[in-house]
Amino acid sequence: MDAIFTLNDVRYDYANTTQPALHDVSLTILKGQRVAIMGANGSGKSTLLRILDGLYFPQSGTVAAFGDTLDEHHLMDDTFAHAFRKRVAFVFQNPDVQLFNPTVYDEVAFGPLQMRWDKETIVRKVAETLDMLEISHLRNRAPHRLSGGEKKRVAIASVLILDPEVILLDEPTAALDPKSQSMVVDFLVGWANSGKTIVTATHDLDTVPDIADDAYIFQNGTIVAHDTPAALLQNHELLLQANLVHAHHHHHDGVPHKHPHFHLGHAHDHSSGS
Amino acid sequence: MGGEAHHGKRRGNFIQRTIDALSETLERSLYAEQLAEGSGLLQRLDPRVKLLAMLGFLTCSAASRNLTVVAGIALVALLLAILSRIPFRSLSPVWIGMLVFSGLIAGPAIFLTPGPTLATIPWLGWQVSSYGVRSAALLILRSEVSITFSVLLVMTTPWIHVMKAMRVVGVPTTVVVILGMTYRYIFLMLQSASDMFEARQSRVIGKLSDTDARRLASATVGVLLSKSFQLSNDVYMAMLSRGFRGEVYTLDEFRLGSNDIVAIPLILIIIASGIWYGLI
Repeated sequence: MDAIFTLNDVRYDYANTTQPALHDVSLTILKGQRVAIMGANGSGKSTLLRILDGLYFPQSGTVAAFGDTLDEHHLMDDTFAHAFRKRVAFVFQNPDVQLFNPTVYDEVAFGPLQMRWDKETIVRKVAETLDMLEISHLRNRAPHRLSGGEKKRVAIASVLILDPEVILLDEPTAALDPKSQSMVVDFLVGWANSGKTIVTATHDLDTVPDIADDAYIFQNGTIVAHDTPAALLQNHELLLQANLVHAHHHHHDGVPHKHPHFHLGHAHDHSSGS
Repeated sequence: MGGEAHHGKRRGNFIQRTIDALSETLERSLYAEQLAEGSGLLQRLDPRVKLLAMLGFLTCSAASRNLTVVAGIALVALLLAILSRIPFRSLSPVWIGMLVFSGLIAGPAIFLTPGPTLATIPWLGWQVSSYGVRSAALLILRSEVSITFSVLLVMTTPWIHVMKAMRVVGVPTTVVVILGMTYRYIFLMLQSASDMFEARQSRVIGKLSDTDARRLASATVGVLLSKSFQLSNDVYMAMLSRGFRGEVYTLDEFRLGSNDIVAIPLILIIIASGIWYGLI
């Protein structure tokens, strides 16, 4: 399979911090793969996605996308930038960041307008995308007036309209109510056989087996494990060490108690400590 | 909402008053958006026609040396407000504010402009000249006309349409984009400020001293500035991610309707007459 992204020894430091946000990161993401990037808050997941989207550039190491070097110099070139932005889409964790247009309609039309599609195509594609996400009734609403779930749907619509080959999602289910979470997961599951490459940063372990075929665990800015989601989620010691699970209260036979507790799919695994 | 945004008497301390003020501002904006979607006369006109008409009326009012003509244009503005179902309670704070502001500037002219004396202020002996009164009235009326037309435009037109119309009539893209982003993120910052004050309120017992209130206000301003800086960086990245390369493109969906076909000649006649009679 073709490599979509290849990272070699990538390091990224934010200004005025002593710890690198990412260091010694080498990975390859192949065409059509669904990859989960798991890690606790501050583990470097979001930074990695921004590097993959050409928004941040590493201080050292190399990043290649679709066989070309992905750096500031290449992205200054209009032809390269245009092609790259058409192929790679990013759904930000905070939809308020992503939704900067005055109406939902304008939000969804923003990408195609930047790509200089003709007006007729934009009007048709916007209508189709709004229908697909079941948000046609919101078309004239201001995005900042919507609920969290509605904002997330608009954010997804705003990138899906370009039919990108690669979709990067940063914590797609964070801060959503159960119904909206379920809708987002259904979308991710629905893309399984679409041929799209999906990279999802998450610490929501429940969804990982459904939305990914390959997974990485990040801790303190570096990769600590890479395997299939099933294999990684069986490694309770690793999950504990990476702060992806912790002890919390729950009931066994009506008796409340506290210990590390794993929810994997629909089955509850109490093997570590019950 | 809007003019009805007050929820009874203002509550006690600094934090509560700030929360009330922030909520009121947010509610007012919602109310303005509802008005813009109403079925009044101006709401039914094409935004481009409205924008150009407003500019025409403003030019006419600014160019006119005739008080009667400016008063006539003010009457047109009033009539448009009534026919567009804009409640006076939404306009009156703007009128009063402008009256105070322009009154402060125009007031001295009443006494300083040479001309026939209309009256003399007892004890002070200041003479009110007829030319001074006329100049002050002209300035105040022009200011009121300008603010009324601006408010009418914003209250009867969704903000996105105002911006699109601005693009169509040739306002530079950068200006339109900055205006759009400002409008959009003012609400996020207002919401953010409101959340911060509510969080603080939930942890405050009793009344804040003036010193503490000032300290809280300055700390909040600092945090909001820092947040807005972070937000602007993130928003710029989100724009880049979706192909933004420094140029903004918009879909022009405007179509002239039958209301516009009737309105355009009427507006042109009023503006042309105003300019003609105002200059002679």
